[in-house]
Amino acid sequence: MARIGVFVCHCGENIARTVDVAAVAETLKDHPGVAFTADYKYMCSDPGQNLVREAIEEHNLTGVVVAACSPHMHEKTFRRACDKAGLNPFMCEMANIREHCSWIHEDKAEGTPKATDITRTIVEKVKHNKPLESIRIPVTKRALVIGGGISGIQAALDIADGGVEVVVIEKEASIGGHMSQLSETFPTLDCSQCILTPRMVEAYQHPNIKLYTWSEVEKVDGYIGNFKVTIRKKARSVDEDLCNGCGDCQLACPAKKIPSEFEAGLGRRTAIYVPFPQAVPNIPVLDRVNCTLFKGRRKGLAKDACGKCKEACLKEAIDFDTEDTFVTEDVGAIVVATGFQLYSIGREQPKGLKGYGEYGYGEVPDVIDGMQFERLASASGPTGGQIRRPSDGKEPKTVVFVHCVGSRDPEKGISYCSKICCMYNAKHAMLYRHKVHDGRAVAFYMDIRAGGKGYDEFSRRAIEEDGAEYIRGRVSKIFRDGDKVKVWGYDTLSQEQVVIDADMVVLATAVRPQPGIQELAQKLSVSYDEHGFLNEAHPKLRPVETNTAGVFVAGACQAPRDIPESVAMASATGAKVLSLFSADELEREPAVAIVNEQTCIGCLTCTKVCAYGAIEKKEILARDGSVERVVAYVNPGVCQGCGTCQAVCLSKSIELATFTDEQIYSEINALALWE
Amino acid sequence: MSEEFEPRITAFVCNWCTYTGADLAGTSRLHMASNVRIIRLPCTGRIDPLFVIKAFERGADGVIVSGCHPADCHYTAGNYHARRRFALFHDLMAFIGVDAERITFSWVSASEGAKWRDVVNEAVANVRRVGPFTAYRELIDQSVSADHPLDDEVLAAAAASAPATSGDSKTGDGA
Repeated sequence: MARIGVFVCHCGENIARTVDVAAVAETLKDHPGVAFTADYKYMCSDPGQNLVREAIEEHNLTGVVVAACSPHMHEKTFRRACDKAGLNPFMCEMANIREHCSWIHEDKAEGTPKATDITRTIVEKVKHNKPLESIRIPVTKRALVIGGGISGIQAALDIADGGVEVVVIEKEASIGGHMSQLSETFPTLDCSQCILTPRMVEAYQHPNIKLYTWSEVEKVDGYIGNFKVTIRKKARSVDEDLCNGCGDCQLACPAKKIPSEFEAGLGRRTAIYVPFPQAVPNIPVLDRVNCTLFKGRRKGLAKDACGKCKEACLKEAIDFDTEDTFVTEDVGAIVVATGFQLYSIGREQPKGLKGYGEYGYGEVPDVIDGMQFERLASASGPTGGQIRRPSDGKEPKTVVFVHCVGSRDPEKGISYCSKICCMYNAKHAMLYRHKVHDGRAVAFYMDIRAGGKGYDEFSRRAIEEDGAEYIRGRVSKIFRDGDKVKVWGYDTLSQEQVVIDADMVVLATAVRPQPGIQELAQKLSVSYDEHGFLNEAHPKLRPVETNTAGVFVAGACQAPRDIPESVAMASATGAKVLSLFSADELEREPAVAIVNEQTCIGCLTCTKVCAYGAIEKKEILARDGSVERVVAYVNPGVCQGCGTCQAVCLSKSIELATFTDEQIYSEINALALWE
Repeated sequence: MSEEFEPRITAFVCNWCTYTGADLAGTSRLHMASNVRIIRLPCTGRIDPLFVIKAFERGADGVIVSGCHPADCHYTAGNYHARRRFALFHDLMAFIGVDAERITFSWVSASEGAKWRDVVNEAVANVRRVGPFTAYRELIDQSVSADHPLDDEVLAAAAASAPATSGDSKTGDGA
């Protein structure tokens, strides 16, 4: 038999003005199961809490209802008080008679009966509360970082500096990401490689960081604190332990005209290659698609067509017969930092995107994108930092920069702002004017978005000091006209058509998530938006967490981000991971769903509605080892306690511990006694 | 009319948006009709349509279901499940003879204290217009003898120990 204590608070005059608190206590006194009632001026004060504690001990209470303010305000306070008195904290509930009653009604004629009803429903609920214990989950104190760009490097360094082992996976041959391709960075015009390379080396040499390059995530099992990640190490054909990075193989390779990904197609590389001279690790990979030997093997030649790199390698590090291998790493937390790609604006478009055939990208050689301009402007780029146009290598005297190509254009399939383009266009215009003094830089923009420290000053500098001409308006068509590139545009301020005979056009194409992000998100049970960017758990209050506990996001995989933001997010994930690892066990509120295996019919409808992937199939085996029955199993480490599974359960076999059917029906039943 | 009919309305709200929005209405001292009793749930996704039927059975004249706005669900998608469920359920209620005006389905965020007040006041006005909900009670009264009224039965059930109530509350006694 329940013995409930009901404690009605005056909250000074806040409740007592419009609720006759003594009458509420008096009415509830006669309610079945109520063993004790009291009212007090301030129940949350020390004497008030003592009143609760003493009553629990004196009257041997099995449950406590505090009729006072919102549970969001003081539920924790009173649950702690109960815990101190030896009553399980989950046997205590708040009846909200302040926010939901006394503050919103005129007088006691309205307030008192409503407060009585509210308190009674909660008394009925508490009768069916059960003592619950916090859930404890062991934690593997190792982290995984997916992506070795600036976000991934920063996250890995922060976590590793905290004394925790980190595994970093990078799908390319070197870490560094897009930042290693940039010439200079806004708004300070720091050399990108100069600030990045030391970080790359630090990550490589850090005793707590284990680096897998040329590798991808194959499979993710487990849950927060206990992930098991299978990593595919793609066949490199070069032994990482033997190779000393001398580069002889690259000199020997006869296939020298493969477009370099790192140079955004403006430079050439060999089939066995390191992406760029400062690559970390400085160990080449063999591109089997373009390698003469592998081309021959694919054709079925009896004898290998080449092998010059192997002959050149004195360390005997090259092996043409290696295959993809798989390794498994146990980690407790995962940081996703896979970054972005630029929208390729040529003819072939991903589903839903309409492309910009009218801008001639891919057809007119002197129409390039922002990343290609970065390589032209980079001292280590294909032109050694001189601005030369791709078609004939001449110095362009008029360059048109087009903002928002793909971004903020719902008609073409992308509605969002790519955020970094306004700033890098200003930077490009500046760099161009610094290098070509008699050149003309013209930018077509929709509006300048320069929110950020020193950003607006920077874009103004491009116009006011470096003489970039900014035209507000869109470009309708770009095409070849002799050795010029004709740009048709419209100036919306002067309301005039503009035609420019340019030598080169730079398109600021939209930032899009990396290809394959959806597959990765599915492996991690992380949701993504319509564009493929990963979803954070809360846009304001939980920006680096995801709805899968233990998985965090940093950088441009979540939305278009510039470098300072990516680094800040990465450090935030570092702090999150380290705080997760600060205890040996995770303690979680027991507000999770539990399956009654006796009655579960194994329809697994619950698994389909669970947004967290917390429910899985469990096989109950007979003595001979055969599967007797299939039931649902809720992983308490993953369940967030929404109860959606319970509402769809056909056999009423799954129950959220803090909001059981019994509790809720009791509340509804109690409302039959409406005052 | 000598005494105006005062409807009883049961509100099923989620903890994160509407319950907090109703808290905000309180802290903002937004006065509203006192005809609504709130039952707090973690998420609208937790709301079993049977709760609504049960509320009518237990004397409610109207029901409010309210949670986070689409795309704002604390649990990512619970409110979408609720929305789909109630789109169907709404028609079912009409089919079994419950006036659609008795059920209010709305989104009230944690910052919409004033909207909560409006939802409450409108629901009360709507239910007041359609009058007391007696159909279910009449039906049940036919199956419960006159000397054993429903409320007593509820009290007895509520007072009984847990195992005794668990069975009947789950199947919805009297239904």
